[in-house]
Amino acid sequence: MIPLAWLLTLSGLVFAIGVVGVLVRRNALVIFMSIELMLNAANLAFVAFARELHSLDGQVFVFFVMTVAAAEVAVGLAIIVNLFRLRETVFVDEINLLKG
Amino acid sequence: MIPALFVAFAAVLLVSSLFVILNRSPVTSALSLVLAFCALAGIYLLLRAEFIGLVQVVVYAGAIMVLFLFVIMYLNLGRDIESGITIVVRRGLGWLLGAVLVAEGAWLLARGWAPGPGGPSAAAPGAGNTQQVGALLYTRYLFPFEITSLLLLVAMVGVIVIARGRRGPAAPPVAPAPGVSAGSAPARTTGGTAAVTPEEKP
Repeated sequence: MIPLAWLLTLSGLVFAIGVVGVLVRRNALVIFMSIELMLNAANLAFVAFARELHSLDGQVFVFFVMTVAAAEVAVGLAIIVNLFRLRETVFVDEINLLKG
Repeated sequence: MIPALFVAFAAVLLVSSLFVILNRSPVTSALSLVLAFCALAGIYLLLRAEFIGLVQVVVYAGAIMVLFLFVIMYLNLGRDIESGITIVVRRGLGWLLGAVLVAEGAWLLARGWAPGPGGPSAAAPGAGNTQQVGALLYTRYLFPFEITSLLLLVAMVGVIVIARGRRGPAAPPVAPAPGVSAGSAPARTTGGTAAVTPEEKP
């Protein structure tokens, strides 16, 4: 039996790694991967609480999160491909058309 | 035995997650992310969430990461160039904010807390995990499930429209490729690469 505190600590650490990845990287694809890391950290917390509370609703929520993540990745990568065609870059700090 | 396996999986997960954000090459980042997802699937199996663990491998480590790798290779990305004073400053700020986040989480966990009362398990105790999740999905969560299918359809159509690129109004609309029904991933790739197919040329 794994203690709930271990699982929540692991989830928090993975989430923090994802946040740092979004903040420090300038490649849009790596930023996307960091967002996936954060979603997975939230999923881990869902599953941990589902086990702790003897309820399956958390696992159903993880299923929904995965579905939405799949749709989000498909749309986001399409946008990145289009951006690359337009600007020849995937670095987010070079895409500053809206910067005043 | 189970705590030892958990510690091993957690170590793999943390190290490969760090590799994702530290590595300069996007391909190595993507492959590290596959490893992280597989370690997380192992943790799900240890938590007796077998269905979620296998879906994690199939959907995340399979479909989503194939999509990532395909886009990285399609764009032919090399190693990231990360130099310059602003980038160094931003990296320092980012790690500082991450440390603040970890400290907040540690503070919250160190205070007294306990999970709320659990509800009674709805499904039969003898059934397997997949059977229980499926029963819950098709009874109590039927409406969100249908909404999810609608969301996937909208994403599929939107991805085809976005990735097809700009085209003059005289060009004939490209018929969706036959792989559309297999999900959004092949639809996106076929829509993305179909610039001018040979049968379109006069």
